[in-house]
Amino acid sequence: MIASLLGISPAHWAALLAGLKWTIFLSVVGFLAGGLVGFIVALSRISDSVVVRAVAVTYVNLIQGTPLLVLMFVLYFGLPVFGLEMPPLAAACIAMTMFSAAYLGEIWRGCLQSVPRTQWEAADCLALARWERMLLVILPQALRIAVPPTVGFMVQIVKNTSVASVIGMAEMTYIGKLINNATFQPFRTYLIIAGLYFLLCYPLSWLSRRLERKLNVAHR
Amino acid sequence: MSPIVSFRDVHKSFGAVPVLKGLSFEIEKGQVVALIGRSGSGKSTALRCVDRLEKVDSGEIIVCGHRVSDPKIELRKLRQDVGIVFQSYNLFPHLTVEQNITLAPRWVKKANRTSARELAKEVLAQVGLSEKIDAYPEQLSGGQQQRVAIARSLAMRPQVMLFDEVTSALDPQLTEEVLRVIEQLAKQGMTMLLVTHEMAFAARVADRVIFMHEGLIHETGSRDILRNPATAELKSFVGVGL
Repeated sequence: MIASLLGISPAHWAALLAGLKWTIFLSVVGFLAGGLVGFIVALSRISDSVVVRAVAVTYVNLIQGTPLLVLMFVLYFGLPVFGLEMPPLAAACIAMTMFSAAYLGEIWRGCLQSVPRTQWEAADCLALARWERMLLVILPQALRIAVPPTVGFMVQIVKNTSVASVIGMAEMTYIGKLINNATFQPFRTYLIIAGLYFLLCYPLSWLSRRLERKLNVAHR
Repeated sequence: MSPIVSFRDVHKSFGAVPVLKGLSFEIEKGQVVALIGRSGSGKSTALRCVDRLEKVDSGEIIVCGHRVSDPKIELRKLRQDVGIVFQSYNLFPHLTVEQNITLAPRWVKKANRTSARELAKEVLAQVGLSEKIDAYPEQLSGGQQQRVAIARSLAMRPQVMLFDEVTSALDPQLTEEVLRVIEQLAKQGMTMLLVTHEMAFAARVADRVIFMHEGLIHETGSRDILRNPATAELKSFVGVGL
């Protein structure tokens, strides 16, 4: 009974949980590093400089217009052509960061711009500098708006880490493939993996909806 | 003494639509000038040009010694000398009344916490809202929010105050409480430019009335021109207004 929980041996469970750990790791990196770059993307998207705006728009369009899978292939298989080789983990981290940054950047740009124009103007008229206006007036208001969609997008990050399995990153989906190769029980194996992803994602979705309701109640 | 605000042959278009067609006027220290006219006559645009919320196409604007029409103007300095109050109050919803008022004094003028709170108390007393110092904007009526917005501007000790249709969003009763505050400021010698639709109020407080029509000054003079307009346009306008 204990020897094979849900028909999976303890050794395979250990491997799966190790994979889960890397899935979480990749998600956290994607969110933190992607968030950092995404914040810069969001600020660049509303910059006064046409050049900065154009660079940011191009970046967002390129990433949003290509599959994450292809981005991983380019980084892992494509760059070695130019002598730039990296382990699957590094390629996956970079790809997740680039992916998250483009989407979070767009989400946050929308949040910044949804703070009414008159608030920016009022801050200007009080002689606040640009960074003071952003830090003291715009960001606190945009943050409230940004929390639910940001948490919601974290679900996308978690699910998309599974793409890293194609470049040999040993996260949960990759481990699942290995287990399936050994046990020939694809339905059981992948159902369990689906369940584990669900356990990661559902709380985030739930939190996102809850925050949204809370925000609506508190909405002035 | 040089005027606080001076416009000389100011032109401004939005796209192909000319809004100001060579506007010239001056506001002396301590003067209260009412800018009146129909919607689209350019009066709000003229007011916004004073604080450089709009850039002019040509002409010269000098405000408190700052060349506003100069592209290289130091906005931070200009805006410490100019206070502006908007139709929609524009208080910061995430900050208390005190924080709204002390934000700019603390960050721009580097006032410490204690002196900033004293300042908030002082300007709130001026607008009759001392007891609301810890309230959030959403807990206040429109009239109270607008009075806080006036207090917030006053806290920067501006040399001139601009009021852009500040009572247009308020019912008559709330309008009155806001107008009383503005009238009080006028009595204390504040230099003011009022864009207003309240003709009775303009007739009460304005030292000078400017009637704008199609981007130009059509008629100007003391408040008496509201009672005895010289031009047909002003006659028909105040006929509607009073």
